[in-house]
Amino acid sequence: MNLAAAPPALGSAPPLDPQAVLELDNVTKIYGGEPPVVALDSVNLTIGAGELVGIVGPSGSGKTTLLHVMGTLDRPTSGRVSLTGLDVAEMSERQIAALRATRIGFVFQNFYLAEHETVLENVADGLLYAGVGTADRRRAAAEALERVGIAHRAGFHPNKISGGERQRVAIARALVGRPAIVLADEPTGNLDSTTGANVLALLKELNAEGATIALITHDRGLAGRLPRQVEILDGHIVSDSTQMPDPDSAMNRGIEHGSPQGR
Amino acid sequence: MSAVSTSSTSIDTKRLRPRDLFRIAAVGIRTRKLRASLSALGIAIGVAAIVAVLGLSQSSQAGLLAEIDKLGTNLLTVTNGQNFFGQNSELSPSAPGMIARIGPVTQVQYTGAISTANAYRTPYVPTVNTNALTVDAASLGLPRTVGASVAQGEYLNTATATQPVVVLGATAAQRLGIDHIYPGERIWVGGQWFYVVGILHPAILASEIDTSVLVGFPAAEHYLQFDGNPSEIYVRAVTSQVAAVQAVLAQTADPESPSDVNVSQPSVTLTARAAAQSAFSGLFLGLGAVALLVGAVGVANIMIISVLERRSEIGLRRALGATRGHIRTQFLSEAAMLGVLGGLVGIGIGVAATAIYATTKGWAISVPPLAWGGGFGAALAIGLIAGLFPALRAARMSPTDALRTV
Repeated sequence: MNLAAAPPALGSAPPLDPQAVLELDNVTKIYGGEPPVVALDSVNLTIGAGELVGIVGPSGSGKTTLLHVMGTLDRPTSGRVSLTGLDVAEMSERQIAALRATRIGFVFQNFYLAEHETVLENVADGLLYAGVGTADRRRAAAEALERVGIAHRAGFHPNKISGGERQRVAIARALVGRPAIVLADEPTGNLDSTTGANVLALLKELNAEGATIALITHDRGLAGRLPRQVEILDGHIVSDSTQMPDPDSAMNRGIEHGSPQGR
Repeated sequence: MSAVSTSSTSIDTKRLRPRDLFRIAAVGIRTRKLRASLSALGIAIGVAAIVAVLGLSQSSQAGLLAEIDKLGTNLLTVTNGQNFFGQNSELSPSAPGMIARIGPVTQVQYTGAISTANAYRTPYVPTVNTNALTVDAASLGLPRTVGASVAQGEYLNTATATQPVVVLGATAAQRLGIDHIYPGERIWVGGQWFYVVGILHPAILASEIDTSVLVGFPAAEHYLQFDGNPSEIYVRAVTSQVAAVQAVLAQTADPESPSDVNVSQPSVTLTARAAAQSAFSGLFLGLGAVALLVGAVGVANIMIISVLERRSEIGLRRALGATRGHIRTQFLSEAAMLGVLGGLVGIGIGVAATAIYATTKGWAISVPPLAWGGGFGAALAIGLIAGLFPALRAARMSPTDALRTV
């Protein structure tokens, strides 16, 4: 079943864009307290299949809240969030968890790898809550490790590999279920610049192979190397630009090589 | 592209497979072995105490029952009771002979209490210091019938029964300070010297003999002005006919007033007493329960710390699609696993302690299923109860809070 064309089984309103993987429609998030904090203010954002979007903003701009709302880890105070055509507001906690298990992949700044498990097991755990059997999980994990280029580390424990390799493991874990969208929160934040650049190159490559990725960062320079940038400040989206064709862009390389966009 | 299909038309969470649940429940224990084993130790000690106490009392009971069985369950005793007016009634001297004529009766022996005489180590012992010993006239085949063998010297025989000699019951010998029979050893009984010719082993079925100083019937009549009335008659009957014999025994012993006669089967009384003895272990069971309670607090404590420490793991699992239920189940299972581990170790220790003690005592090793089954069940239940609050706490944590760094 094609995810992008999934009928809006639960959504009442039709999606704004049939190609959209993720849509935020007038999303506001207010944290209660004295005084209440408006973390997101009437945010509209649509991410289509096959896109690689950089969401950039300084700390406190609301980008982490945006990531949480996009990743269904948090519900908005008002507005509509729909993922692959499914309106999150109309789903139960259990259904949202299932949505995360099958359609969203997360990559975190701190990797969050289990030290007592091997790289392969860590990646396989990306499918743990998706109801996939052990053998299938391992097969998919081996495949994902192949895609991120560290298949040779499959039997290692995370404390025996480098930081860049750890982040590749985390990326493989996010990709292992072939999610509709991968949300990466400062994926290069804990890495030195060379390693960070390699990880970014990997993300571009994966995007070229069809993965939809949203990357959240405070690093303007990093975001500048992505095909589309969304700038967020004080809970507002201040700019949303599709960049000039970047010679470095994996998306363009993908087009040059004639591979179809969106798998 | 992939063999793994992760999309489905109906979106809902999946249950974890038992194998996966087991694996993730073991994470805390695998990664923090020392802490886990220390926290399970309380439960282990509690379960060990309970299993050992129940095991030891059952083993000692089994030992006693085996001994009773060996001594025979076909012994019946007839004692003089009290009549309607509250006076001690006497058994007639002809009673043993009449009892012996009941068909299935194989042996009849008897003793007569000499209430006027007391036994002392020397004449200089104050008369009130009777050591709670009784002086009894005894028939000649008594040890064999009651199952008490001679420890030292010899028992009374036709010759010595007429002489001023005594045979001491096991406790009587102890209280008089006689552990060995020297030639000329004597004690002061009823105002004259009696020579000690033998000491008996303890009589389990007739413990009253242990505190008796036994003299022959003729000697008792001659030296101690004994009236010759038996006060306790020991009867052995064919085992299959014990109940029938018991039914007619009172009438046979005293045809005129059978209600003044007490008939009992010592092995039954002893068996009942052996069963009741386990009540003494109540104190230790209580201590075991306290240890279990402390163990539960320990597990709860460790689980709460574990939940706090593993916030990011909880956050990650939620991001990977775990529901609150998945998280709750994971931590509850981990606590249950700690409890079960503690319980298994405790059962091992308890059984080992029972085995060692029972072996030194020569008892059969017997741990009641209630002890290990109950110990296991208690450990599991305690793990679950101790883990409930931490598990709920872990499940309540919002994924965004759990993922927040520092």
